[in-house]
This record gives sequence, C-alpha cells and structure tokens, in this order.
Amino acid sequence: MISLTDILTLLPESFLTLAICALLLIDLFLKPAQRSVTHYLAIIVLAVTGWLVLQHFGEPTAFGGMFVRDGIAAVLKVFVLLTTALVFVYARPYLRDRSLFVGEYYVLCLFAVLGMMLLVSAGNLVMIYLGLELLALSSYALVALNRDSPLSSEAAMKYFVLGALASGMLLYGMSMIYGAAGSLDLNTIHAVAATSTQRGLLLFGVVFVVVGIAFKFGAAPFHMWLPDVYQGAPTAVTVFIGSAPKLAAFGMAYRLLESGLDGLGGYWQLMLALLAVLSLAIGNIAAIMQSNLKRMLAYSTISHVGFLFLGLVNGQPEGYAAAMFYAISYALTAAAAFGIILLLSRAGFEAEEISDYKGLGQRAPWYAFLMALIMFSLAGVPPLFGFFGKLLVLKAVAVPGTLWLAVVGAVFAIIGIYYYLRVVKVMYFDEPDGEAVIAGPADAPMRAVLSVNALALLVLGLTWGPLYGWCAQAFGIVR
Amino acid sequence: MTQQILFYAFAAVLVASALAVITVKNSVHAALCLVLTFFTAASIWILAEAEFLGLALIVVYVGAVMVLFLFVVMMLDIKEEAVREGFIRFLPVGVVVAVVMLAEMLSLIGVRALQAVPLPENPALAAGSNTSWLGKALFTQFLLPFEVAALILTVALIAAVTLTLRKRGGVRSQKPGQQVLVQRDERLRVVKMASEAPSTGESP
Repeated sequence: MISLTDILTLLPESFLTLAICALLLIDLFLKPAQRSVTHYLAIIVLAVTGWLVLQHFGEPTAFGGMFVRDGIAAVLKVFVLLTTALVFVYARPYLRDRSLFVGEYYVLCLFAVLGMMLLVSAGNLVMIYLGLELLALSSYALVALNRDSPLSSEAAMKYFVLGALASGMLLYGMSMIYGAAGSLDLNTIHAVAATSTQRGLLLFGVVFVVVGIAFKFGAAPFHMWLPDVYQGAPTAVTVFIGSAPKLAAFGMAYRLLESGLDGLGGYWQLMLALLAVLSLAIGNIAAIMQSNLKRMLAYSTISHVGFLFLGLVNGQPEGYAAAMFYAISYALTAAAAFGIILLLSRAGFEAEEISDYKGLGQRAPWYAFLMALIMFSLAGVPPLFGFFGKLLVLKAVAVPGTLWLAVVGAVFAIIGIYYYLRVVKVMYFDEPDGEAVIAGPADAPMRAVLSVNALALLVLGLTWGPLYGWCAQAFGIVR
Repeated sequence: MTQQILFYAFAAVLVASALAVITVKNSVHAALCLVLTFFTAASIWILAEAEFLGLALIVVYVGAVMVLFLFVVMMLDIKEEAVREGFIRFLPVGVVVAVVMLAEMLSLIGVRALQAVPLPENPALAAGSNTSWLGKALFTQFLLPFEVAALILTVALIAAVTLTLRKRGGVRSQKPGQQVLVQRDERLRVVKMASEAPSTGESP
C-alpha cells in the first residue's frame, strides 16, 4: 500500500505540484506591473525541483511500479527543467511587448513540465497516457494564448484535433497490448512480450503505439501539424513546445518500446527505421524551400527527430544513450535558436522571415555570431554540440545490418547543411534592405543567458565527454 | 444465451445509432442519436457486469454533457449545407479506406486471436461488488493516476478561463461599487436665479 516512502520518491513532482498551486494563488493577488514576481518565482521553483531530482532518496519505484525513479528519468528531468528555465528567461520581453505577460503562461508551462516529468518516469501504460495528456492539454492552451491572432487560433485547433487523434491511436494500441498481456504494468508486459508465442494481437498494438509516438514526436509521415503549430503559435510558446517536449517524447518512446515491448524489438525497430528515413528526407528537403525561419526550424525539427529515431533503431544501450545525448543537444540548441528570434522581435514586429536577418552581421555582430554558432550546431558542424550528437547516433547505427541507415543519415545531414548555412549567408553577406532591424528591447538577463546558452553549444561541443558519460551511465554502459 | 441475444441486439443498436450520428442531416437529431449511442454503450457495460461504469456513463455523458451539447447546437443555428460540404465527394475514398483497414485488421488479428488470450480473473468478483472494488482500486492501486487525472482537470479549468475570460471594449456594465458612492451634487444641480414675475400670457 501507499507509504511515506512512495511520497518521498515522488518528492520532486509533489513539490512542483504544490508550487504550481501556490504560484497560481500568488499570481491572483499581483498587479500587472508586478508580474515579474511570478516570473522569478517560476524560475526558482524549477531550480528547487531540479535540485530535488538530483538528491538520492526514496526507492527506485513507487506506487506499486506506477512510477520509476532511475538514472534515465533523472537526466531527462534535469534537462527538461533547465530548458524550461531558459524558455522563461527568453520569453519575458516578448510576452511583455504583446500584453501576453500573464501568470497563466507560467502556470501552464509548469503543468506541462510536470506532465513531462511524470511521462519520463512512467512505469505503467496509464501513467504514460496521463502524463502525455497533461503535457498535451497545457500545450494546446499555450498555443492558443494569443486569442486575437487568427493564425494562432488555427494552429491551436489543428494541434488539438490532430493531438486528440494521436492520443486515440496510442490508446487503441495500448488497449490491444492490455488485451494481449492482461496487465498495464510495463514490467509484466515486458515479460509477456518476451515469452509470448501468439504475437498477432501484441504486434497489432505495437503498430498503433509506434504511430502514436511518431505523432507526438512529429516524425514523417505524421508531421503535418508541426510546421503550422510552430509558425502559428506565439514565438514565446514555440520556444517551449519546440525544445523540452522532445526530451519527454524520447522518454516516452524509451519506456514504451524498451521497458515494455523489448521482446518485439525486431518489429518496431524496422518501423522506426522507416520513420527515421522518411523524416530525414521530408524534413531536410522541405526545409530548403521555406522563407519563414520558424517554419524552417519546424522542418529541421522533423529531420532531427529522424536522427533521434536512428539511435533507437538498434535497441542497444549505446544507441539509447546516443539518442538521449542527441535529444539534449537538440533541446538546448532549439531553445537558443528560438531565443534569437525572440530577441530580434519587438512590439508589432516578428523577426520570423529569413529576409529579416539580412545584414545582421553589420547591425548586431555579437548576436549574428551567436546565431551562426546555433545554425552550425544544428547543421552538425564540428566542433559544436550538434556534431557530436550526430556522430554518436551515426556510430550507433554503423554496424553490420543497419549500415545503410548510417549512410542515409550522413547524406541527409549534408543536404541539411545547405539551409542552415543560407541563414548564415543572409546574415553576413546580404545588405540590409529597407528599415534596419536592430536588436529589440530585450532585457539584460535575457541577453546574458542567451549568450551563455549559445556559447555553451561550443563549450559542450569541445568537452562533450562528461555529458555523454552521464547519459551512458544512465543506461548502464560501463566505459 | 439470453445474454448473447441481448449483447447482439445492443451492439446492433449501438452501431446503427453511431452511424446515424454522422449521417443524419439535422444536427439536433445527430446529438440525440449520440445520446442513444451512449445509452446503449452503458447497457452493454452493465451487461458485462460493470454497473458502476454504465451508470456513470449515463449520469455524466447522457445527463450532463449531452444536454449541454444539445443546448449549444440549438444556440449555434448551424447551416446544414456548410457542414455537409464535401461529405458525398469524400465518401468513396472514406469507404475504401475503411474497408481496407477492416480487412487488414481481420487478417492480422482475426476474431480467434482475441479469444486465444485468456482474460485475467475478474478482481471485482472477489470483492463482491463492482462499485466497491472500483472505489478501493482507485484509492490504492491507482492512486497516482487518479491524482494526475485531477491535475489534468485543473489544467482544463485554467485553460478554459484563460482562453475565454477577456475584457471587451464598448460593453456597458453596471459598477455597483461606484453607484453606491455617488454624492447628491453629482446627480442634482441646484441653480440660483432671480425670481420672475408670472407672465400674463401677453406678448410684449
């Protein structure tokens, strides 16, 4: 039954829940001019939760296996919290300029973080579904936050309908798996999947579960919602849904596929390989044609999801560790990339067209340099963070049997470099036309944090060992 | 035997009314068909000895959600033609996709595969009553999911308020707080003026 140890194991999540409720009430009594109090309190809450995640107390599992507290969950949670804190810092000036600076933004984001934390720690199909819904419902509301923009409402509607469809697919698959295994517990399902001789029903469920995962990741051919949502959502929301949830999606895929359905690896690995190749192709080729930077980054996300799936394809700890490293590097880089868009936007002007960046190298050399770093990291140019993510993932699939995947990945990575470098070219070699865009009225903390974030891509690229070591340790790889 | 006959009867009604929801022209009729669908589903659940779930479905969906839904449908005055647009045009494609999917599902899992897996023993039987077992399971084994579901409802509440509460311009509303604070001289102006002789009605 439920004991104090269970609660203690769940302490970070419990603290976050109570803190969100407190924040909701505190925000009620604040005047609009004092909204910064909510902002700083939210960041403090994230920091304390992160500290609690890193403490070693409680048991490895709680609530009868519903909740799993292991190294994988800890790494993912720490980076979800870190990325969200970055998002809060970047979003503040943008929200203030557009009278969207409301407490609900922070409360909904924190609820989404709670959903992600529960999702990556799930030990039961019910918990996976509920964590996912907590994340998804908060995201729908966040996308619709700017109600007066028709584009934003359309994006929210699309996101909601397609998200509901994806949840339906996932639930249908889960119900089939439950029917075959007779249990919702992932460990029991793992045992049944490994020994079962009649696999028809289980496999049928696996197909729908993989479709559900692909929908939530935004992998091709289930990517239709992604560009519209990224473009339509206020950039302060795009920076959130474009970064941290990718870590949670990795956690969900790991729990479902590895912890639950490892015995059927031969089947889902082929499905993932197909999804990965399609995502790499569609993401990289469609991104070339985009003139809107947010849309381009959305297609780039699809291609990065393809890379992430490559890490999962072999079902080996090395591959999982590489995929996790990739997800972390992507989340930090995407946060910085959208951070630059937020920095250059100002009231009544969204710096989201690539042509808005013409001549940035002359107008704001420092931020142009940071943007170049970010683009190089996304493209995977050594010695930046993104390069080592790609390298580790390709190394994981470059084994006999899946060597063709490594070749496909490498080819599309090279195609992808084109559109990232185009942004750099526009910034440094094009003359600014018309009204010169200068760096917007961003506040000092944001500029400082953004600079640190972008420079960290270089530093982490040069010293990627410890971080990869942490990821490898989480998956029990002895190095 | 009786149970099987009842099940197939309910199932037939369920499928027919679910089809009617998406094919009838009038949206009020569609909503009423949905009520029938829910009611029949509840009957099937009760037939499967899940009384509490069946009753909850009737109370929550038929009693509350659908009434609200009907109310909204009646308020909105939806034009039928606009909603129907494209239905006939896409119907052949939809039918083809549905038939292909059904054939694939049947060939992959079939009816036999579903029966091949023995279902776990119904834990509610040991507890005596379905309702009391469900209540105990929710607060012991499924306590954590139960709490998370509560959080999801909280998010729905916050999101609904955030997305609908807004200050509109040009709306005239009363402010009782200011109304009671009104002073006499804001409403009534006493003007001093010289007295005048009553006019006689003659023009000067």
